[in-house]
Amino acid sequence: MGPLVPLQNISNELNLLIAFVIGLGFGIALEQAGFSSSRKLAGMFYGYDTTVLKVFFTAAITAMLGLIFLNFVGLIDLDIVYVNEYYVYSAIIGGIIMGAGFIIGGFCPGTSFTAAAIGKIDAMWFILGSMIGIFIFGETFVFWKDLYMSGYKGAIKISDVLGIRDGYFALLLILVATLMFWVAEMAEKKFKREDITKEI
Amino acid sequence: MPDRQADIYINMKENLKQPKPYMNPYLAGIVLGFVLLASFYLTGRGLGASGATRSVVIGAVTSVTPEHAENSGYFSKYLGDNQMKTWLVLEIAGVIIGGFLSGAWAGRLKIRVEHSPGISKRKRIYMATLGGLLFGFGSQLGRGCTSGAALTGMSVMSLAGFVTMMAIFGTAFALAYFFRKNWI
Repeated sequence: MGPLVPLQNISNELNLLIAFVIGLGFGIALEQAGFSSSRKLAGMFYGYDTTVLKVFFTAAITAMLGLIFLNFVGLIDLDIVYVNEYYVYSAIIGGIIMGAGFIIGGFCPGTSFTAAAIGKIDAMWFILGSMIGIFIFGETFVFWKDLYMSGYKGAIKISDVLGIRDGYFALLLILVATLMFWVAEMAEKKFKREDITKEI
Repeated sequence: MPDRQADIYINMKENLKQPKPYMNPYLAGIVLGFVLLASFYLTGRGLGASGATRSVVIGAVTSVTPEHAENSGYFSKYLGDNQMKTWLVLEIAGVIIGGFLSGAWAGRLKIRVEHSPGISKRKRIYMATLGGLLFGFGSQLGRGCTSGAALTGMSVMSLAGFVTMMAIFGTAFALAYFFRKNWI
C-alpha cells in the first residue's frame, strides 16, 4: 500500500534518492516537451504554440486518473496524499503575480531550471530574479502576513465543492480538456508564426 | 552526378547539426503525468520547484546572518533542516541533470540568450530577471508555483490548484497584449 515513504518506514537517505530520480524524470519530460525555450512557452499566450496547455492538462489528467485507479485497486491510501490547502486571497493574488511574472519573464520556476541546464542565460537570470523575489517576500512578510493567512478554507477538493464523485469530475475535466485541445489546434493554425517556431 | 552526391552530403551534414524535434506534446504530458503519479505513489506528495529556490535563499540568509533568519517571521518556519538536503532541492538537482541529459541527447546544448528579434539581449535579461522576481514573490504568497500549486494541486483535485492555475494563466493572457513586443 502506498504512498510508500510515509507508510513503509523508508529511510531519509532513500527518500532523497527518490527525490533525485523523480527530478530526473521531471527534467527530461520538461525539456523534451520544449519547455526549455521561453519563446515556446510564451507561444501559449499568442496562440502560435500551445504546447503548454497540451502538456499541462494531459499530465494533470494522467496523474489524476492514475490516482483514482491506484485507489480503486487498493494500492494507495488517498487520505495520506497531500491535498493543497486553500487560502482564498493568497491563492488568487499569488497566482496573479505569478501570471505577470510568466508573461514578462517567459518561464516558471521549474522550466527555468531545465532551460538554464541547456545553457539559456536568460533562464539563469530568471532564477536569480526568483531568488530575489523570495528574499523580498521573506523580508517583508510582516506586511503580507494577514493576506497570506486570510480566507482559509482547508484542504478542499473541487469535486466536493461541486458535490460530485471524483470519477465524474475527472470525466468532466477530460471533456473540457478535449474541447480546449481542439481550440488550441485551431489557434496554432490561425496564429501560425513559422518564423518563430522554426527557430525554437 | 558528383554534384548531386555533394548536395546530399551537404544536406546530411546540415541535418546532423539540426536538433532533434521536440516530443509530441500529448505524449510528453503523459510522461510527465506518470512522473507525477510516481511521486504521489512513492512519497504522497507531487512535484515542486519554487520550494527548492526558497531553500537556497534560506540557506544563504542563514549562512550570512543566522539570527536574522531565526527572527524572520517567514524564513524561521523552514529552519531546522539542512537546507541543501531537502526533498525539493534534491528533486531540482535531478531536474537540472535530467534537463541537461535530454538537451544533450537532442543536440540543444548551447550557451545563449534566447530572445525575440524585436528586443535586445540586454532587454531580454532585464525582463527575465523582473519576471523571475515576480514569480518568486508570487510563489511564496500563493504557496507554490506552476508545479507544486497548479499542476500537482489539480491532479489531487484541490480547489486551490484550480484557482491558482486560472489566476496564473488568466493574468498571463490578460497581460499578453502589453508585452507582445517581447515575444512576437
